[in-house]
Amino acid sequence: MTTEPFEHRQTAHCESGAISALLRHAGLDVSEALALGISGALMFAYIPLIKMGGLPLIAYRSPPGNIIRGVTKRLGVDMHFERFRDPDSGMRALERHLDAGRPVGLQTSVFWLPYFPADLRFHFNAHNIIAYGRDAGEFLISDPTLEMPTRIDAPSLRKARFVKGVLAPKGLLYFPTRVPESLEARDAIRKSIKRTTSMMLHSPLPVIGIRGIRFVSRKIARLGRNGTCDEEENKRFIGHMVRMQEEIGTGGAGFRFLYASFLQEAAVLTDHAAYEDVSRRFTDTGDEWRRFALWSAKMVKGRMAMDYDKLAVQLRHVADLEADAHRQLRRAAIGK
Amino acid sequence: MKKDDVPQDRARAFEGQKKAVYAVDDDGRYRIVGSSGWEAEEVVLDQAIAHFEQLAADALARARQGVTAPLEYHMYRQRMDLTLLAQCTGFFKWRVRRHLRPSVFARLDDRLLERYADALGLTLSQLTGLPDDD
Repeated sequence: MTTEPFEHRQTAHCESGAISALLRHAGLDVSEALALGISGALMFAYIPLIKMGGLPLIAYRSPPGNIIRGVTKRLGVDMHFERFRDPDSGMRALERHLDAGRPVGLQTSVFWLPYFPADLRFHFNAHNIIAYGRDAGEFLISDPTLEMPTRIDAPSLRKARFVKGVLAPKGLLYFPTRVPESLEARDAIRKSIKRTTSMMLHSPLPVIGIRGIRFVSRKIARLGRNGTCDEEENKRFIGHMVRMQEEIGTGGAGFRFLYASFLQEAAVLTDHAAYEDVSRRFTDTGDEWRRFALWSAKMVKGRMAMDYDKLAVQLRHVADLEADAHRQLRRAAIGK
Repeated sequence: MKKDDVPQDRARAFEGQKKAVYAVDDDGRYRIVGSSGWEAEEVVLDQAIAHFEQLAADALARARQGVTAPLEYHMYRQRMDLTLLAQCTGFFKWRVRRHLRPSVFARLDDRLLERYADALGLTLSQLTGLPDDD
């Protein structure tokens, strides 16, 4: 392992940003976009069975942890993961790694990170940050979603690492133990695209992938027709959907621009110009997701008359564009 | 999204910071551009915060009348709901619901109160008290 000073870079998403930074520090230059793309984490999922604040889970990416596991597995990186039953030993282990000059990734709860702006602190337990040193009883932190490195006091970090509940971090810390000498991405890119496109195009469940987008489109169309139409509740649902799409950590437009950036890189790395063309299709889907967000926000705020059909039609349009983009991408990657 | 279209709406929630978004430059290449926030995003964030504030204000009023325990106010104040508080404490939901009754809450022993205080990041006296009237 190197003992170079740790270099902070701001990224759009915490997990892809954290693993990109750790790999770069270990000598393997993998951009955030490449990490997200190769992990195959891009998706759409609407899971009414899992509730957050009474609202269904809506995700534009696969569950937390998948990016780190996906990209390291496909690139042949060995990772070390540690979880702890006891917070004290979790804090001691962290100190030991840092004192050995080893930056480590940590899973934390956003709500308990005091350096985060108060209005952005919600109970999301899978926020990834990097600890790269300690000084005067505080920990030096590189939070991939922030512009600058920051610091955190030990009790706060302990709280953030050991909250209980869904996705409880259990003090998770991780770092690469062995990275390949050079980036062999060709195979990894092709495999990941195969996986992502089959998940999006041929999902076995009606709430996952492009079928999932159409499912939510139908749900929104129905919101207006229910006899017991509760406009406040409906607005909460629509607002929630947009929050999951746009909030810090999505790169905007629910990861679609990040994925388009991945395809641009893939075109260069594999010398395959077709990816460059498909990248533009993904930019288009991102732009249409943002149009959906803009209209939704205006309707929530009352600056535009609430029109469920308009939103449903826009979402169907997004689904059509995504279906085309993924089909074109699949042809570009595996020729069928 | 083109880099000149990256929203710079100075969202209050960002406290002057910027987040990184991906946008295409004049040559059509993606790069990271700082955004001070997007109004559409701010609207739905404010909506989510206002929802918790409303629940907390209602709970505070009821707690002052003695019809609910201070625990309910603190739960919403810390942006939790019954499900989340149950998960964070390890109690069953029915048990948390029972503890929200003022008479039951008043008799809870310190060991149980500690579990709530810990999950909510409060001291015992904060947990059992309410903010002063203003």
